[in-house]
This record gives sequence, C-alpha cells and structure tokens, in this order.
Amino acid sequence: MSEQKQPASRASLKAKLDEKLLAYQGVWVFIELERGQVHSVSWELIGEGRKLADAQGVELSGVLVGPSGETTRAAAQDAFAYGADNVYLVEDPLLADYRNEPYTQVLTKLVNKYKPEILLLGATNLGRDLAGSVATTLATGLTADCTELAIDMEGRSLAATRPTFGGSLLCTIHTLNFRPQMATVRPRVMAMPERQEGRGGRIIEDGIDMAESSIITKVLDFIPDRDTNKSQLAYADIVVAGGMGLGKAENYALVQELAAVLGAETGGSRPLVQKGWLTADRQIGQTGKTIRPKLYIAAGISGAIQHRVGVEGADTILAINTDPNAPIFDFAHYGIVGDALKILPALTAAFRKRLAVNRLAS
Amino acid sequence: MHIVVCIKQVPDSAQIRVHPVTNTIMRQGVPTIINPYDLFSLEEALRLRDRIGAKVTVLTMGPKMAETALRKALSLGADRAILLTDRRFAGSDTLATSFALASAIGKIAETEPVDMVFCGKQTIDGDTAQVGPGIARRLGLQQLTYIARIDSVDPAGREIVVQRRAEGGVQVLRTALPCMVTMLEGSNTIRFGTMPDMFRAARAVIEEWDAAAAGIEDVMKCGLRGSPTVVKRVFAPKPNAKKAEQIEVEGKSAEDIALAAIDTLFAARPSLADDMLRQAAE
Repeated sequence: MSEQKQPASRASLKAKLDEKLLAYQGVWVFIELERGQVHSVSWELIGEGRKLADAQGVELSGVLVGPSGETTRAAAQDAFAYGADNVYLVEDPLLADYRNEPYTQVLTKLVNKYKPEILLLGATNLGRDLAGSVATTLATGLTADCTELAIDMEGRSLAATRPTFGGSLLCTIHTLNFRPQMATVRPRVMAMPERQEGRGGRIIEDGIDMAESSIITKVLDFIPDRDTNKSQLAYADIVVAGGMGLGKAENYALVQELAAVLGAETGGSRPLVQKGWLTADRQIGQTGKTIRPKLYIAAGISGAIQHRVGVEGADTILAINTDPNAPIFDFAHYGIVGDALKILPALTAAFRKRLAVNRLAS
Repeated sequence: MHIVVCIKQVPDSAQIRVHPVTNTIMRQGVPTIINPYDLFSLEEALRLRDRIGAKVTVLTMGPKMAETALRKALSLGADRAILLTDRRFAGSDTLATSFALASAIGKIAETEPVDMVFCGKQTIDGDTAQVGPGIARRLGLQQLTYIARIDSVDPAGREIVVQRRAEGGVQVLRTALPCMVTMLEGSNTIRFGTMPDMFRAARAVIEEWDAAAAGIEDVMKCGLRGSPTVVKRVFAPKPNAKKAEQIEVEGKSAEDIALAAIDTLFAARPSLADDMLRQAAE
C-alpha cells in the first residue's frame, strides 16, 4: 500500500483496507447466556453468521462467557450443533451475572487477541448494553437493529441494512476502515437454524483479568418476573393486531375477542402504544417485537416500514384496511378492503362457528 | 449533586412523510419534540433533585434549532442548558456523537464536578441505544442501562442502588458514583412545568458551545470524519412482486367476506385450523 496520504478524505472512505486490518478474519457471534439460559437470538445469529462465514470462506465462532460449570459447557455444544466451528470460552464465577464492566473487559480482550472481522450480538437489553461499550472501547463501527446482513464481496465488508428515519426508509451501513465490524440484530428477525446433533467444534479457553474487588458494580439480588402471563408475542403461532384504523381505544376489544377464539397473542402498531392504548410489550415492529407466526392478522394497520420489518417473517399475513392503497397490501398475502370494526366481529363469529365444526369432527 | 441530562431533539416521527417519487424525507413543517425516552430520564433527574437536592444541567448536540428542546427542558425545571453546536459535528454517527458529548460533559465537570449523567434509553429516530453507553465508557462512568427504578442515591457515600430490567426479571445493582443511567419507559411520568419555570425558560439565554468550547482538540474524531460507519444507500423496500390477493365477495357483507377469508386461509394453510384449536385449548 502506498504511503501517500489522502488529504481531506475520510479514513472510513479509503478504497483499500489498511494492512493491519487484514489480520482480522472470521465471523463471531456473542452467545448470550443469562441465568443458565441461552437467549434464542444467539442461535438465530449463529444461523445468520454461518451464511456470512460461508460467503467469505472463513470460520464461524461463538463467544461464550459465563460461570464455570456444566450449563456453560452444554451451551458450547449447542453452539456447535447450530453451526459454530469454534467457541471462545471464558468461564469464571465473576461472570455468573451480567455486569457491564467484566463482560466488556472480556469481550474487548478476546477481540484484540483473536481479531474477528465481524462481531454480531443480539439487540437485547444485555446485548445493546455490552455492544455499545465494546464498540466505543475498540473505536469501531456498530450498526444497531439490523434487519438484513450480507457480505459486499467487492470491499469484503459487512452490508448491514436497518430501518432509518423512524422506520420510514431502509438504509445500508458499512464499516469500511475499522475492524471488527459490529452489528446487533433483534430477536426473531433471523430464522432459527436447524440443529445438527453430534456436530462438533473446537473450544478455545481464555480467562478474565479482573478480580471481584476491582469490579465496582455488585449484584445484590435478582427478582424474577411474577407475571407468568407475560406476552409470548414474539414466539406465538397466531397473532392478531390492531392499528389506528380501530379509531378508539375501546375498539381494541375486537382484536382481543378474535384472538381469544383463535388462541392467538395480541399486539398493535406503534401509534397505539404511543397513544397509551397498549403497553409497550405488545408493540409489533422495529422498536417493538419482531414476530414470525404462522398467521398474522393486521386490522387497521397501514403498514409503515417500521411495522413491516417486524412482521415480514410471518408465513401468512391477512390485512384489513379501508384504504386499498395502504402499504400493508404490498407485503400482506391476503387483503380485505373494508372497515376493521365490521370485519373483525364477522371474522370472530365465522371462525368460532368453523372451529366448533372442526372440533366436533376431530 | 450535579446531574447532566443528555437530550436530543427529534422529528415527531408519527408525522414523517417520505416523498413518493424521490424516497427522501420531507422534513419541511415536521414538528420537533424532545426524544420521548429522554423525558423519563429528565423526570428522574428532577425527582432526585427534589428528593436529595441537586443541580440539573441539560445538554444537547444539534443544530441551532435544537435550542427549542433545551428551552422546553428548562420550562420543565432544569437549571442550566447547553447547546453543543458546530458544523464540524454534522454527520456524526454514534461513536462521534458520544465523543462530542463526553468531551462537553468533561468540560462541564471542570467547573462543577458531575455525579450522574442521564441519557434516554434510545432515540425514536435512530433507535440505536449506543450513545449512552458510549459516553459512560469514555468518561469511565458506571453504566446503568434500562433502569426501572432508582432505589437510593447516597451522594455522601458515593453509592447508588437501582433495579435494572433484565431477561425474565430485574437485577438489583449497587454501584458507585459517578454513573450513567438510562431510564426505562414508563418508569415515571414527566411533570408539567410551573409558571415561574416557563417564564424563566422563555427568557433564558441558552449557552452555545462549539467544538473548542467543549474542549475538543481533535476534530478528526468529530462528525463525518470521526464516524466509522458509512451510510451507503437509503431506500424504500421493494414492494413484493405480488400484491396481496384481495378477498372480495359480491354484495360485500362483512359476514360473507369473513367466510370467504376463512375458506381462503384454510385452503392455503390446511394446518392452521389444528393450530388454532390447540392454542385455544391451552
């Protein structure tokens, strides 16, 4: 590479990758292990990371950080089954609970030592907390809440696509002259990969350079959620949701009535949450839950991009809207141009009858 | 106690329109608001001041018009407002933004030490949730994100106890000041400003800081030049080749449409009926 400086040009726009950055190779996925459970977003990312690694002909590695013991070891085997070639494993009692400081220290150290080209994390509370700290420490680029990841073969760079401008457009972001290229992806955005039982891999063990006495934040307690009735929206087979087309808060009951007949989870578009008709955990879309149900019924939802990216993984989408030009009809499979306030009760009654017949028949 | 609250002026996203032909954002006439997530943090800072006594400084980075957001924060009760504005900040990604804001907070702390920094959980326009952690990292603050509740703050003992939202429950954390906190939505309700505060806000002179005033020597770390991420393309998603198949019925009574819809769905996905019966039974 020439020594010549390119005045007035941004470092990030240089055509060729700096020599020292060529040492960065491979795709890494941070495996989120909390209280003995791996968050499923980690496996979804292993699936996606596999594709990115294969496109580049490099290895896929998981980074697993947790307390010493069988649970952590079992998670490493799961990572292999879902497609990882290697697992970088750091086991230490200090890492039993998530704390920003030691986790940042461990992940930063591993990156500096083994130099991955791409590092993916789940866009969960834990993943976002950690990713922001690690990217700042490494002074590299981090793209949040990606909905699509691809390798731009020309520049060997990660093309990370995400909604922008409050979800009204999409943009593709690159981290050209900094490594690793970091990205977070929300749960359920990527499909769960198939498990291959018996698939093995290499475990690379490392440690933490901290003592409990040097970690300032202490975990005093963990209070599990009492509400066992919490929304299972992200993982539901059938989802019914409402939007501004419902007109007023009381009409949301029509969504709930249909959902009760279908055994469905209920949700809504962002404006409903902003208006206070719905709690935030029922919001569907980019800033709410991403869903991948077998059937999604959207009533009175126009289908802005920020909503679209949260529901595109559904097998079948039935949309009800008075406006035949509503964007939701661009990606729904079936459409009903009509008033949700009339169609919803009609669907509830018709489904109730039909399912009663099916129940008798079976 | 001295608390700095970082806020951002954002377009009221419910009203953003995209030009149907050029796919560009139509910014004209879009009203701006304080990022709604910032208000939970501002309110929490004001509550701490009411409870244990503190000074609350609000800080924002943005164009001149962001002054409106600061004035609003003053009318809600903030004591001091600083606008970080410089053309060299334009085009900042989250890394460059946290650099500029952290530099400004460092400068503020030279005359009045800062015990706590509050940031919004995320913004409604960028949605990255990265600037708060970036500031914490740069200033060496203890990082407390997604806080559902502040149990106690002891300025003399330099200690804070909080409840942090985690997967399946809340962590109770004890850490030391100084710290950076982002509050969870719904953790409080923003107050109404008092008349005296509204008059004070209207009259207030907003302090304007450029890069130099914020103590930034290395402007290469600011704006576009200091941003590792590059936006290569902004686009509207392609409409699916196939539009939705419309379910239409002669006469169009809601009942007839509903029956036709169910026939269509069950014909396309025969297993759906079993899924519904199983789910409804649970």
